[in-house]
Amino acid sequence: MSIIEITNLTKFYGKNRGIEDVSLSVNEGEIFGFIGPNGAGKSTTIRLMLSLIYPTSGTATIFGKDCIKFGHEIRNDIGYLPSEVFYYDKMKVKDLLKYSASFYKGDYTKRIKELADIMELDLNRKIDDLSYGNKKKVGIVQGLLHRPKLIMLDEPTSGLDPLMQQKFFDLILEENKNGATVFFSSHILGEVQKLCNRVAIIREGHIIKIEDIKTLRQDTYKKVYIKTKKTAGDPAKFPGVSNVEVLDGEIRFLYKGDITELLQLVMKNKVDDVNIEEPTLEEVFMHYYQ
Amino acid sequence: MNIYSREIKDKLKSAMIWSVSLFLLVLLFMSLYPSFATDESIFEMVLENYPEVMLKAMGMTGVNMATVIGFFTFCMLFAQICFAVQASIYGFSILSEEERDMTADFLLTKPIRRSKVFFSKLAAALTALVITNAAFWGSTYLCLSLFNGGHKYDPKVFAQMLSVLILFQLFFLGVGMVISMSVKKIKSVLSYSMGLAFGMYIVSASGSIIGEERLSYITPFKYFEPNSFITEGGYDTAMIIICAAVIVVSISAAFFLYNRRNIRTAS
Repeated sequence: MSIIEITNLTKFYGKNRGIEDVSLSVNEGEIFGFIGPNGAGKSTTIRLMLSLIYPTSGTATIFGKDCIKFGHEIRNDIGYLPSEVFYYDKMKVKDLLKYSASFYKGDYTKRIKELADIMELDLNRKIDDLSYGNKKKVGIVQGLLHRPKLIMLDEPTSGLDPLMQQKFFDLILEENKNGATVFFSSHILGEVQKLCNRVAIIREGHIIKIEDIKTLRQDTYKKVYIKTKKTAGDPAKFPGVSNVEVLDGEIRFLYKGDITELLQLVMKNKVDDVNIEEPTLEEVFMHYYQ
Repeated sequence: MNIYSREIKDKLKSAMIWSVSLFLLVLLFMSLYPSFATDESIFEMVLENYPEVMLKAMGMTGVNMATVIGFFTFCMLFAQICFAVQASIYGFSILSEEERDMTADFLLTKPIRRSKVFFSKLAAALTALVITNAAFWGSTYLCLSLFNGGHKYDPKVFAQMLSVLILFQLFFLGVGMVISMSVKKIKSVLSYSMGLAFGMYIVSASGSIIGEERLSYITPFKYFEPNSFITEGGYDTAMIIICAAVIVVSISAAFFLYNRRNIRTAS
């Protein structure tokens, strides 16, 4: 069953493009990555699904219900963490979370405590006194406290230190194991690769590709730097190698293919240093643009 | 109820400050009255020194300031400006503040309809206005009984004069709301509010100076000119109807626009 179904969704802000003709569907229990550079339309798509903004054309349904008509019902089961978190400055963390919980049926006092403990969040402080990272933690707790069936994350990791990021990912994975579907928007390929099953790539308002994460990985180039005094043979002749540059004892090239074969090639030579890098997101896009 | 309770906490403090300020205003004015009332000639001297235009602008023509109601009319003029500013601030802020402070992303992603947010906020603002009005009634009657200088006054006339203040405020509330929903972003609530409140006052004052009747249809300062109680024996029913129509139309339009509004982000 698909949890999210977006069909030809288009949003223009006056003459400015938000997104154009976006269609995608997210299945139940999936962690779906939504990746693209800043300004590509990731937030626009999420805000349309939450009916914070209204589409120029096209439709979006969640749990099989129209996002605009049944928005208030759908949102019972959605947890949303915006990319930039802002809360009522004068409130205490505790009161804000209580206020947030008051919109859902049931008692979530225990759950708030539990999540705050995991994220090491002090409930007695005033929102105004919190650092950006701590505000983000408040956002995580308020987004997850009602055990939503669909979790929407809009660049959730900015402002969190690596340790907290890991705790946060663990939380998300646990919720996912318990049946929650996750829609995860990001501009960092690494974290999407770590978590997601499938990924949609958006650029300049258009979906370029929707792909299984494994396929995407195989399909992308690795950047390889090798420091060596001499090489046996021409690296450009090796299958999968392109864009070779030789600079002062260093060879740089892009590689696409089986990584074991590459390593065997490297081992045949006497090398001083090897560096194999993930391509940047921009490079992945360049690839999909070719 | 949860949105209303949160809103009212914010608004109560503001309503208190306005109530106290308005009490001090009435107290200051009315405490002067007994010393003036003993000698009518002082008033004549004071008023003679004012140019005719000025008196017209303040709506003080045909008012005998030596009477309790005449003197209070003068006080009402300043009170009305305060009431206009208060209602305008609420009008411009209640629907726009969450978007400006970016808390709209929090509130509007909760499982509620926008109409619930709208009516909760409107109800909280109305509560604050009613509280301020009630406090002003209390202040007025208290000061009247303390500083009447032994002169007689009819409490009923004062009640009529005060009873329309809430309508007067709803005009500014409604117009503020619809303007705040018609523009992309209200950067400063205060400058918009001052603009609307004093703008309407200036329209009213200049209308009186040049004797242009038509101008009086657009400003509530004219609908509810305090001296009309003395010169005409009450408020003009037609004006009250116009005012009520503006309130209904502006609040409905604000509701319509709020439901269809695209909530902007930080960037």
